[in-house]
Amino acid sequence: MNDGPALVSIMRQGSYLIASVHTALDDSQMIRFQEDLVGQISRDRSRGVIIDVAALDVLDSFGSRTLRNIAEMARLRGALTVIVGIQPDVAFAMVALGMGTGSVHTALDLEEGLAYLGSQLPVSAFRGAGLRSG
Amino acid sequence: MDESTSVGVETNGDEAQSAGERHEQRELLPQLVAHLREHRTRLRQEWVNRIHEAHLLDAMTPQEVAAETTSVYDNYVEVLETGSVEALQHYARDLSERIIPRGVETQEVVSIVLLLRDVLARSLFEKYQRDFAMLNRVLDAYEPAANRIANTVAGSFVDERERVIRQQQDAIRELSMPVLPVRERLLILPIIGVLDGERARQLTVQLLSGIRTHRAKVVVIDITGAPDVDEVVANHLVQTVDASRLMGASVIITGLSPEIAQTLVTIGVDLSKMNTIGDLQGGLEEAERLLGYTVSRQEGTTV
Repeated sequence: MNDGPALVSIMRQGSYLIASVHTALDDSQMIRFQEDLVGQISRDRSRGVIIDVAALDVLDSFGSRTLRNIAEMARLRGALTVIVGIQPDVAFAMVALGMGTGSVHTALDLEEGLAYLGSQLPVSAFRGAGLRSG
Repeated sequence: MDESTSVGVETNGDEAQSAGERHEQRELLPQLVAHLREHRTRLRQEWVNRIHEAHLLDAMTPQEVAAETTSVYDNYVEVLETGSVEALQHYARDLSERIIPRGVETQEVVSIVLLLRDVLARSLFEKYQRDFAMLNRVLDAYEPAANRIANTVAGSFVDERERVIRQQQDAIRELSMPVLPVRERLLILPIIGVLDGERARQLTVQLLSGIRTHRAKVVVIDITGAPDVDEVVANHLVQTVDASRLMGASVIITGLSPEIAQTLVTIGVDLSKMNTIGDLQGGLEEAERLLGYTVSRQEGTTV
């Protein structure tokens, strides 16, 4: 289940981790992504995580729940998560199906996500998890 | 073409007789047409008088009425003669195009055609009053054709009217819902006109793609120009706001009229997550605050 090439690249950028999802993931691949990412947060002592889903044109309920779970797990490890690059169609489909990202912050793209983490983290890594701009 | 004669025939099962009758009716129609041509001026005048008495076509001048009735009369007789309604259909559509903008109603048009039918039928009564059997046969030939003409004209009129309505609906739909960048990362989306399901869907597409192209952080949706919002559209609006949030933009809704505010609360749409502000000015000020802009007035400005 956990073999084969990774469909998500997880890159370290300073104290942030940037996870870029390249293609639609099935449930087992999603779980593998979760394990890889949470493991790497611990290893790198990251303060912020950016999950880039710009390449996805569909995101199912399991996928969005897993993203929420990852954010919660990351928070427990002391990292703040931002989901970036949700496509317009995906955004509306998620809302229509009643599966938002919960309290996880979302941003337009990678740049915005970095800016958000930059604005939140110097103050406190713990404070920002439930905050939204506006 | 046979339709015009078949009504009289259907009641009779006897083949030989019905064939004879059909033949006779074919003979009758030209006779009838000749009669109507001969008395054209008198019958048309009578028709116009009856239109006038019934207070129909008040929106048109007497000259126009005279011109149109002459054309309709000639077309009418021609249909009786040829049995083909195509030319009449074309003319009726043309006529409808001219008179619909002047406020002529469907019932008015139908009444006018029926009046003509009655005027002509009366003249036939008059002509054949001594020979009852003959009158019957003439009416057998005349009535189906006349009814078909009435149907054609009414149908063309309604078709034309529907075409106009469709055209106007398209025009409303195409009324652009502009997404206007007013400051860097701040968009305004004014909504003018009724928001139905289709336009609400269009709004979502415009807004979400607008957020993407302009990299917006804040969007102000102004619905001052929307007269009414129903439950479906309101929920759609809420979803659009949520979807915008997923794309990293905050939405401010402005210009909710007192009526809409009451409707929304009464029907129980959950607007707790919506950021609403009274008017567009307030919305812009709030958006500028969110984005960290401060607008200041320069000292000594004369205007």
